[in-house]
Amino acid sequence: MIKPVFLLTDLLIFVLVAVVIGFAIYARRHEHLRAPWRQVFRSRTGVASLLVLSVYIMIGLLDSVHFRLPLEVPDNGLQASSQQGQPQSHYSVEVLSLLDMALRPLREQAEKTYSAPLATTLFARETVELPDGSQQRLYPRLIYGGAHLHNPAAERGADLFKRTGVAIVMALVVWLLLMTLLLWLLAYRRRLSLAQMLDNVLHRREAVPWLVVVLVSALLLVLVMLMIWLAPAYHLFGTDKVGQDVLYQALKSIRTALAIGTLTTLIMLPFAVLLGILAGYLRGWVDDVIQYLYTTLNSIPGVLLIAAAVLMLQVYIDSHAELFATDAERADMRLLFLCMILGITSWTGLCRLLRGETMKIREVEYIQAATAFGVRSSRIISRHILPNVMHIVLISVVLDFSGLVLAEAVLSYVGVGVDPSMHSWGNMINSARLEMAREPMVWWALVAAFVFMFVLVLAANLFADVVRDAFDPRLRKG
Amino acid sequence: MLAYIVRRVLYAIPILIGVNLITFVLFFVVNTPDDMARMQLGMKHVTPAAIEKWKRAHGYDRPLLYNDRRQGLGRVTDTIFFDKSARLFAFQFGQADDGRDIAEDIRERMWPSLAIALPVLLVGLLVTISVSMLLAFFRATYIDFAGVVILVVLMSVSSLFYIIGGQFLVGKLLHLVPISGYQGGIDAWKFIILPVIIGVVGGIGSGSRWYRTLFLEEIGKDYVRTARAKGLAEMRVLFRHVLRNALIPILTGVVVVLPTLFMGSLIMESFFGIPGLGSYTIDAIRAQDFAIVRSMVFLGSVLYILGLLLTDISYTLVDPRVRLS
Repeated sequence: MIKPVFLLTDLLIFVLVAVVIGFAIYARRHEHLRAPWRQVFRSRTGVASLLVLSVYIMIGLLDSVHFRLPLEVPDNGLQASSQQGQPQSHYSVEVLSLLDMALRPLREQAEKTYSAPLATTLFARETVELPDGSQQRLYPRLIYGGAHLHNPAAERGADLFKRTGVAIVMALVVWLLLMTLLLWLLAYRRRLSLAQMLDNVLHRREAVPWLVVVLVSALLLVLVMLMIWLAPAYHLFGTDKVGQDVLYQALKSIRTALAIGTLTTLIMLPFAVLLGILAGYLRGWVDDVIQYLYTTLNSIPGVLLIAAAVLMLQVYIDSHAELFATDAERADMRLLFLCMILGITSWTGLCRLLRGETMKIREVEYIQAATAFGVRSSRIISRHILPNVMHIVLISVVLDFSGLVLAEAVLSYVGVGVDPSMHSWGNMINSARLEMAREPMVWWALVAAFVFMFVLVLAANLFADVVRDAFDPRLRKG
Repeated sequence: MLAYIVRRVLYAIPILIGVNLITFVLFFVVNTPDDMARMQLGMKHVTPAAIEKWKRAHGYDRPLLYNDRRQGLGRVTDTIFFDKSARLFAFQFGQADDGRDIAEDIRERMWPSLAIALPVLLVGLLVTISVSMLLAFFRATYIDFAGVVILVVLMSVSSLFYIIGGQFLVGKLLHLVPISGYQGGIDAWKFIILPVIIGVVGGIGSGSRWYRTLFLEEIGKDYVRTARAKGLAEMRVLFRHVLRNALIPILTGVVVVLPTLFMGSLIMESFFGIPGLGSYTIDAIRAQDFAIVRSMVFLGSVLYILGLLLTDISYTLVDPRVRLS
């Protein structure tokens, strides 16, 4: 049996997923919440960026289900000792996730050292002993990359072409199936024939831009299929210094980025919302204390605070090594702590916004009416003020996401980011940076990290714009 | 006005005490004075007597926050915290753990930091305002749309990419200027120009987009319609009316960062090997030199509070509707 491992960040991620689902169900029943979301789903940018984001989120969620595989214990004395009591199994110290299982070939096919993307040989010449005893300096073949080819120089191009072709055909087949299913579902709900529905979609008569959905999912499917058909046989993005597949690292980094972008806000949100509203509503000394608190935190240079706190944690972890069963749990602790400290440095902006907004709202007639009726403050805050500032919270959460993903890379560079053993784009960039000096240059790890990060941040930025346009009452039309 | 400034300065004191307390607690949770002594004396061959001696020499032989052996006020004043932070308020930074004078270091390293940060701010401001004015001029056309798309793309690129890509392109491929290092005097421009260009390019995306919305907000206002109704040319409307009004929020955004320019940029300086205050701080964090970190945090906070004060004052200068109270 496998042993499930619940990392702290996993649990928080699932709490977050539950919150999002719960909110979605709640929002469906309330028209004032449905309307702005409908606007989001009717915008072409919104739908396209949401599709891209959902691919990232799916990979991140797959990577958040962790477990340890049992070790195969050889049949000898070890077994005898455990037979008296419960049959005891031993587990590998390596914590794996569902994503690791799906990417098994990528994870296990490690080469000796650097190799370029799609290469069949190592990147550098090595002295190799030939079967007849003589020595020669040549580019040794890779153990896994293009191993199925007999004569790589001649066959590689044709093989790549064939695999790309297969991938595109497969993608089109899957795409056609999915799109027919989608069309059928839509037609069923609208009580139209398939042909009518298709006509509606093609001529953009639907409110939701289904044509964009169709095109973007075609693009995404082609990319995924290319990965599926090329990655097991070649190293799509090359390998790094110790021969690990760069694509695998880039995919594993997605969870780290998503965790930093979302958990940070999840952790800081209760403080920011509670303190901001309290300061704005109660005024007086409470306002003074809360203002003092965030001005003080704000005036400490952020990077310094983060650096000091992360160093402090590292000292603690190093001196309490026995608390963590595996390396993954230790790295996870640091990730969570990084989210916390980033949260502490970033809640002040939202808090100030909420304070200002609450001060405006508390003077409005319906609050005064509630006060005159003798409604308690706690009830006024939860019933009347909180729902009216929620759009600010939502907008700032979505806007913060991309900034936090970018910040992770910078912090890892300074050395106060996530644990060096954890996959993250920041760590990838940091280790690849030193290879820039090589001649010829090792560029693929750097490019892979930047491309993956860029696509995520771009999608998040576009999505954030759409959400802001939909929820900001000042920008709302009509 | 004067009363307001005095009140704000007085208000800054509890904030600075809070800042000191936070940095102090953060660092002394990490390493006790004993650890610091061990680190300075070398990890091996440290006798308890040597540690005691080092602690006494550096003033670390007292309790951290509260001295229960003293009476009255002495309970608070005869502690490491009081001793080390009280001097900061007089800007006496004391000595680093390796014996160098911190104030001297700061004075020396301030200039390279400023040499990078000031041009980045000024050139960046000029470029972002021009770009956003251009987009506002072509508002609701395809040029505007394409411009905004490019800006979103620019701001989605990691700042590390700009630095690494810029170093590669200019320094390695074109061999125009050295990719890192610093030298004072006439030749300094060679080392400054690359970080400045990269800093400006990195800031265009988010900056121009923000300024563009500011301009568009102003363009929708009544006074602009009045100006057009008078028959003013579009350029004159933009430069004489819109720009001047939109500059108010832009200016306040700039004034608040003005004092902190001295602190330099941690990332840029360590990438380009500039001996400024940013890299000074990073080095101190890595070496766990508490005296330097505390001084830099204090300085940073003072400059930040100064920035807030300057912002408020500049508001009254440029916008007569605002009164300080």
